[in-house]
Amino acid sequence: MTTVDTTPKPRRNVELVLLVLALAVGIGANALVGVDREKAFDSDFWFQSSLLAAAALAFHVVLRIRAKYADPVILPIVVALNGLGLAMIHRLDRVGEDTGNNQLRWTLIAMAVAIAVIWFLRDHRVLRRFTYISLAVSAVLLILPLVPGISAGEILGARVWIRIGSMTFQPGEVAKITLAIFFAGYLSSNRDLILLAGRKIGPLQFPRFKDLGPMITAWLVSIGVLIFQRDLGSSILFFGLFLVMIYVATSRISWVIIGVALIIVGGFVASRVFSHVGLRIDGWINAFTPEVYGREFGGSLQIVEGLFGMASGGLVGTGLGQGRPNLVPFANSDMIIASFGEELGLIGLFAIVLMYLLLFTRGFRAALGTRDAFGKLLACGLSFAIALQCFVVIGGVTRLIPLTGLTTPFLAAGGSSLLANWIIVGLLLMISHAARSPVDTTPLAPGQVPDTKKGGPVMPSRPAAAPGNGRTGPDAPTEAVKQL
Amino acid sequence: MNQAIRNSWIAAIAMFALIFGALSYVQVVGADELKANAWNKRTLLQNYCNDRGAIIVGGTPVAESVPASESCKFQRVYTQPELYAGITGYFSKNYGATGLEASMNDVLAGSSDQLFLDRIGQLFLGNQPKGASVELTIDPRIQKLAYDLIPDGQQGSIVVTNPKTGAILAMVSKPSYDPNLIATQDPVAEAANYNAINKIPGINLNPLVSGPTGALLAPGSVFKLVDTAAALSSGKYNKDSELPNPPELTFPGIQYKLPNYAGGNCYTRTTASFAFALQQSCNTPFASIAIDLGEKAVADHAAKFGFGQDLGDQLKLDYATKPFPQNLDQAGLAQSAIGQRDVRATPLLINLMTAAIANDGVQMQPDLIKAVRSPDLRVISEPKPQALRTSTTPENARQITEWMTSVVSQGIGRGAAVPGVQVAGKTGTAELGNGLNNSWFTGFAPANDPQVAVTVVMQDVDITTGAQLTSPNAKKIFEAVLNK
Repeated sequence: MTTVDTTPKPRRNVELVLLVLALAVGIGANALVGVDREKAFDSDFWFQSSLLAAAALAFHVVLRIRAKYADPVILPIVVALNGLGLAMIHRLDRVGEDTGNNQLRWTLIAMAVAIAVIWFLRDHRVLRRFTYISLAVSAVLLILPLVPGISAGEILGARVWIRIGSMTFQPGEVAKITLAIFFAGYLSSNRDLILLAGRKIGPLQFPRFKDLGPMITAWLVSIGVLIFQRDLGSSILFFGLFLVMIYVATSRISWVIIGVALIIVGGFVASRVFSHVGLRIDGWINAFTPEVYGREFGGSLQIVEGLFGMASGGLVGTGLGQGRPNLVPFANSDMIIASFGEELGLIGLFAIVLMYLLLFTRGFRAALGTRDAFGKLLACGLSFAIALQCFVVIGGVTRLIPLTGLTTPFLAAGGSSLLANWIIVGLLLMISHAARSPVDTTPLAPGQVPDTKKGGPVMPSRPAAAPGNGRTGPDAPTEAVKQL
Repeated sequence: MNQAIRNSWIAAIAMFALIFGALSYVQVVGADELKANAWNKRTLLQNYCNDRGAIIVGGTPVAESVPASESCKFQRVYTQPELYAGITGYFSKNYGATGLEASMNDVLAGSSDQLFLDRIGQLFLGNQPKGASVELTIDPRIQKLAYDLIPDGQQGSIVVTNPKTGAILAMVSKPSYDPNLIATQDPVAEAANYNAINKIPGINLNPLVSGPTGALLAPGSVFKLVDTAAALSSGKYNKDSELPNPPELTFPGIQYKLPNYAGGNCYTRTTASFAFALQQSCNTPFASIAIDLGEKAVADHAAKFGFGQDLGDQLKLDYATKPFPQNLDQAGLAQSAIGQRDVRATPLLINLMTAAIANDGVQMQPDLIKAVRSPDLRVISEPKPQALRTSTTPENARQITEWMTSVVSQGIGRGAAVPGVQVAGKTGTAELGNGLNNSWFTGFAPANDPQVAVTVVMQDVDITTGAQLTSPNAKKIFEAVLNK
């Protein structure tokens, strides 16, 4: 069992210093873009920069008040990534386009929502009460894009958007979070049953069929998304999320094997049955054949142009504003990694990817440190989702795997993605606060309620209200966790 | 549970390791392949508007990038366009690049690995990428003189080199063109200019088929130098040999007769020494030598002087080359031995052949590049003189030099004589079958310590014009180089 041996320290001042650095990166990048466009340091630039800085500092202050033991690295990394994304999107705006400002608006909204989550939720364990509500919300969110009237219809071959007024929104991004909450809640309640029942075949212990329920659900949700929304990326992401959470809950490699077998079968069938999946795979393997390159829909032009861009960037890149990333379709969203590769080079991309690596590593660290199973599962699932999303996006752009339409967290243009990922950051910060804050080890007098004013999160001696599922299984106590 | 979290983290790290590998592959390892892909518009587009390095002659840029519009920041400008077109080539958006603009693109564009540190600096300063400049061995005074010595409307080439180093001091041809017309940013004008220039007969727009390095011309009597070297090294002939010199040579079974050169004094003797045969450029002695030695001996010596051979990697220009013809009958061999029939050589090759004789039988690599300098004027590379091949022995070279000296002092090359300097030379008049000739002079000076090799060829001229435009022009160049 890992415990932090050193005396817990808030480290908020470290965060402040890192935050200033992160803002310098983002705003500096934006200034370079402006220099190139010969409209540097106009009032817009100062206004936008100060908005971003104010929002980041507000976030910091909220952490000082509400979660002072939160991980000091997470917020600066995310601010740096978000700032770089803003600069690149601004740089990619052609004359008359205003995606950059739109992205800034969404950044501020997303940060405000994340702040609200931290402020009002106070403790991530509250979410556990919403286990089944989360499942219902996820289902609604995933079905919304298919509902006539709200659906924004098929955009670029996928039905994942809804229309609210003049805005479009991708509810699947938020479903990522609610599904993670559902699984963390469900698994933390039922893991003993899943663990102890079942028969052993060879070295592997297989669960009982009825405990396979969540796995089947996960599989069906992924395939459903794949079929009805034509969104290969999201279905891979959901499935990977479920897989890692079930594995962490049970520590059974058999789940991973079953899961991988299912995804291979599903993927194989999908590639044969659904033309869009087949086209993606064809565009991946035969990217450099003329008929695939020139194909109007599902062709490889996008990926090949992205590769050309990254190749021209080489080791050190062309410099911000000096390349031609706009030759790549969707340069500011799906292909923003190629834009960064071209202008910042391999060195710049390595730095960006390392920031993601640090981010999910801090998330995993929070999962290790927090004492409740729900928090462990949630932090682990969300962190892994970030890593998997990066892998699917960057792997697709570099032609390591077929290209799918996932967004690059915090970098890519798109409000729903920003919102969802900032909420994830809020949750991770709260869980890390729980993980890093001092544990009150003084024995409690009978009937005494733990003091909640010490800054640490509420540490109930009894588990929170059991999710109303009729089961009365013990709520994963810390002692049980220690055995695994 | 914590172990499972750690394992999940390891899985995430493994995915990121794959990402790092894929990024490195795309941006560094496989980048050159992607850049060379025919669908890739970037390499040229990117270069096109960048601050390319200059091509410098005698401290003055002959090709440079000057600030242009905002959309395309730099425009390529040729300051002495016609004079250097054959060397610089052009740098066009739609027609690509030729000449040094193409072959030195890596350093001019600044993408060469040699410029790695400079690019790092540019990255951090956010500066425009700037290419390295290329300094040429050309002497601008000689280049201008040589260019002016070819009358407008006359098709011809002049090559001046240093036989000891292979450095090219001047290389001109007419007609020439203005590369600025093809480097323009206006695509309509660019296409119109390109097509108009391409219609001019003998234009050096494509250096592979015209100009000093590309035009394959019948060398005529200058090829007799190869025969002489072959004869001397065969052992069958020496400096005192008496060669048969009939007025015309007959061949068994065919009507064709090979006559001696009508203009000189060949008819006065029926046998001739090497000195006399070269001085008067008699045909039948050399035809007899070739028939006596056989096709292979002549072909081998032609190859030793560079016919059909590689010219080394320091020329940096495309060149044409053709080996001595094969499977000749007796008449064919006789005609080939006097540089007619299908024997072809570029003006540059004839100069290198001459330079090999001047340099004690060692042919040096032709070299156009004096130095490559980074934007801060640091020398990045500086080619050293390199021997290309041994064409003949020093003894033979000195013997041939002696005879070539007599060609200028008392033979038909008297027009090239420079008072106070021993000039070695050989003339040639290749009949084109329409009453006109390619008129050649090739030689070097001073004969005892060669500093300069000059080759002049005028195409499609009558005998009188040819005589006026070759040897006397060579004399002016000798005088200019040797400051006489």
